[in-house]
Amino acid sequence: MITFESVSKSYPGGTRAVDELNLEIATGSFTVLVGPSGCGKTTSMRMINRMVTPSSGRVLIDGQDVSGIRAVTLRLGIGYVLQNAGLFPHRTVLDNVGTVQRLLGLNKAQARAKAYEALERVGLDASLALRYPAQLSGGQQQRVGVARALAADPPILLMDEPFSAVDPIVRLELQQEVQRLQAEIKKTIVMVTHDIDEALTLGDKIAVLAPGGVLQQYADPLSILTRPATNFVSSLVSKDRGFRALSFESLTGLSTTELPAPDTAGRIHLPTLGNGFSAEINHDAATVCWSDGVTVRSAPQPIIRPGDSLRTGLDAVLASPSSAALLADHDGNIGSYFTLADLQPLLSKATRVSS
Amino acid sequence: MNWLLANFPQTWELTTAHLYLSLVPTVIGVVLALGLGLIFGNRPRSRAVITSIASAVFTIPSLALFVVIPSLIGTQILDPLNVLIALSLYSSSLLVRTVFDALDAVAPEVLSAAEALGYSPARRRVFVDLPLALGPLAAGTRVAAVTNVSLVSVGAVIGVGGLGQLFVSGYQRNYPDQILAGIIMILILALILDRLIAVGARLATPWLHQGATAKSSTNNAPRNPSISTGANTEGVSS
Amino acid sequence: MINDMLSYLGDAANWTGTAGIPARLGEHLWYSFLAVLAASIIAVPLGVFIGHTGVGKVILVSASNVLRALPSLGIMTLLVLLMGVGLLPPVIALVLIAVPPILAGVYAGVANVEPAVVDAARAIGMKDSRIILQVELPLALPLILGGLRGAILQVIATATIAAYVNLGGLGRYIFDGLALYDYGQVLVGAVLVTALALVLDGLLALLARVLSPDRRLVSR
Repeated sequence: MITFESVSKSYPGGTRAVDELNLEIATGSFTVLVGPSGCGKTTSMRMINRMVTPSSGRVLIDGQDVSGIRAVTLRLGIGYVLQNAGLFPHRTVLDNVGTVQRLLGLNKAQARAKAYEALERVGLDASLALRYPAQLSGGQQQRVGVARALAADPPILLMDEPFSAVDPIVRLELQQEVQRLQAEIKKTIVMVTHDIDEALTLGDKIAVLAPGGVLQQYADPLSILTRPATNFVSSLVSKDRGFRALSFESLTGLSTTELPAPDTAGRIHLPTLGNGFSAEINHDAATVCWSDGVTVRSAPQPIIRPGDSLRTGLDAVLASPSSAALLADHDGNIGSYFTLADLQPLLSKATRVSS
Repeated sequence: MNWLLANFPQTWELTTAHLYLSLVPTVIGVVLALGLGLIFGNRPRSRAVITSIASAVFTIPSLALFVVIPSLIGTQILDPLNVLIALSLYSSSLLVRTVFDALDAVAPEVLSAAEALGYSPARRRVFVDLPLALGPLAAGTRVAAVTNVSLVSVGAVIGVGGLGQLFVSGYQRNYPDQILAGIIMILILALILDRLIAVGARLATPWLHQGATAKSSTNNAPRNPSISTGANTEGVSS
Repeated sequence: MINDMLSYLGDAANWTGTAGIPARLGEHLWYSFLAVLAASIIAVPLGVFIGHTGVGKVILVSASNVLRALPSLGIMTLLVLLMGVGLLPPVIALVLIAVPPILAGVYAGVANVEPAVVDAARAIGMKDSRIILQVELPLALPLILGGLRGAILQVIATATIAAYVNLGGLGRYIFDGLALYDYGQVLVGAVLVTALALVLDGLLALLARVLSPDRRLVSR
């Protein structure tokens, strides 16, 4: 548990970066501090590892005031990921990742063994281990940065706009990677971003800060979207707000139609739709292509799984040329499909919840 | 050329003396500059004082310094120590600015990362700042070494000059070949030192010499690192 | 020694005539001016050419450092023996010293101009001569002035040894003093030439600041 107790930070000249911040970050949660520049989000996060000292108030980790812990000792136990990775240009990928172990007193061989494990955990090929940072792409550098932060297995991980310097495709990849990692390792993660979408995607809890360092709302993503506490929060989430809220609705209760058996060519004909499209399930059993048997063959479309959100289901239907999406069951068997009409009751229910 | 071949033993002796007189100040300069740079690099006030002293020292003509040092520290005017001290002053003045600039050029996110990962300030200086300053320091050291090789010869007019003595005696005896031999040996010496330092630096900084196999986003080295310009790096002769 | 120097400086007789301090100072400045002028005439066009076209860059980069090693005392004495005593040998030696820093400054200044800026100039229809005169040279000015400043300081320092080959200048005091074991006079020369260098360095720094106002914004 990380606790902010009426923490303020002001600078000489009167600029106030953080204003009376009270926050409790639960152990094992993924908390995102979000807000525009000048809202004190990075300043607040850096108080956790004493990179910034509060002007007043206290920051506690598991009840212990961080100001009473030697800064170096404290930081060795907290992973940190920076915006531009901040890799040491003079060290190979392997030695970058092994940095904290070396600081903790492990010898070179032990540190490297640990580093290899960490590289593997973030999905980096071992063949990159002996390269220097300048020889990596931006996305690879950022992965190395994450590996370096995790290598010593710290219980807390701080991330300072970790994905803002990479291109959108790589960003998505990295976000998914971090989600996967977090499901596996369950660290207490505190991340700073100015991107509300990123916050809504990744966070269990979101703290929205306004310029001047005033906390606007601290809640789970659905509450932030559907019950913004202040005008500041609602203006932040106003774009696509209704559609985005569907991310937090499940497909439970969806009525579906059973799929007929495929023909000899492997096509599944859906005569009830009356638009002539047939489905061809791809070998990966995760995507489907729709074909009218003559000229049109769609790009692969995702096959929906039971855990997917209402938003994903609706998107699949809207994107499908046949106006239908296929659904797999819990065992991965693709046995049914649904259409916009099937989603209608769920959408009506979702509207009632969020209004 | 004939003179050089005929008098090789004598030339060799002068060459080793010349090497000694130019190399020792270079080494002292590197050590002093690194020490000062690492200790005062992030203390703006001391740093401004050091920088001003360094630029003033750098402006003093070497012949003037050679002859002034005895009256300041009481050495004999013909003492080789005068040359060693003067050239050490030049080298450290030149290199301390190089070290300051090199430390400034370390990317802020790298320093931030070092702090966040748990480096103590002293440890960071030695294991992060120092290695990252090596590249520019090596370039500066090449300039310092080569400048020293040239300046040592001026010492000949006060009787301490290694190969410069060939100029003095060649001039007095009206013997151009002897002077030419001195010039050639000095250029060869400078070339060898320059190459040796360059190769040594290359071995010590492997990360600067790997072909980038992918887009490097955080690398903002100057585009013409091997050319140094401006008053900062120009040695003062004579 | 210092007292000897002060009494030398205090003697009014040493401030007049062809061997007086103003005359020696004038000679020193004259040799230096000739050398820097000649060096600029050689180095500026060459530097612009290499910087603009990239032709000869490799030679310049590899040669620039070793050229610093050229011993001016050696060059000067050799030229005197080959050409006879006169103004030319020391000035040629000084030119050889002044060319590398000016060349390096001009080259680096021009080569370091953002390629995007040059592209933009070309895209709006400037021809090469215009790009050089109106874009590259103005942007290169700080580095050019830096190179020039380095060259002037080196030339002032080196002009001292012109006296070794029987010319005038402030070096006269040093060599005459050494010959006569009159170390007070040696000190006079050393102090005067140092003062001259410091004053010129200050003036050149000021000039650089006035000529390139944009530099003030970026300098720390």
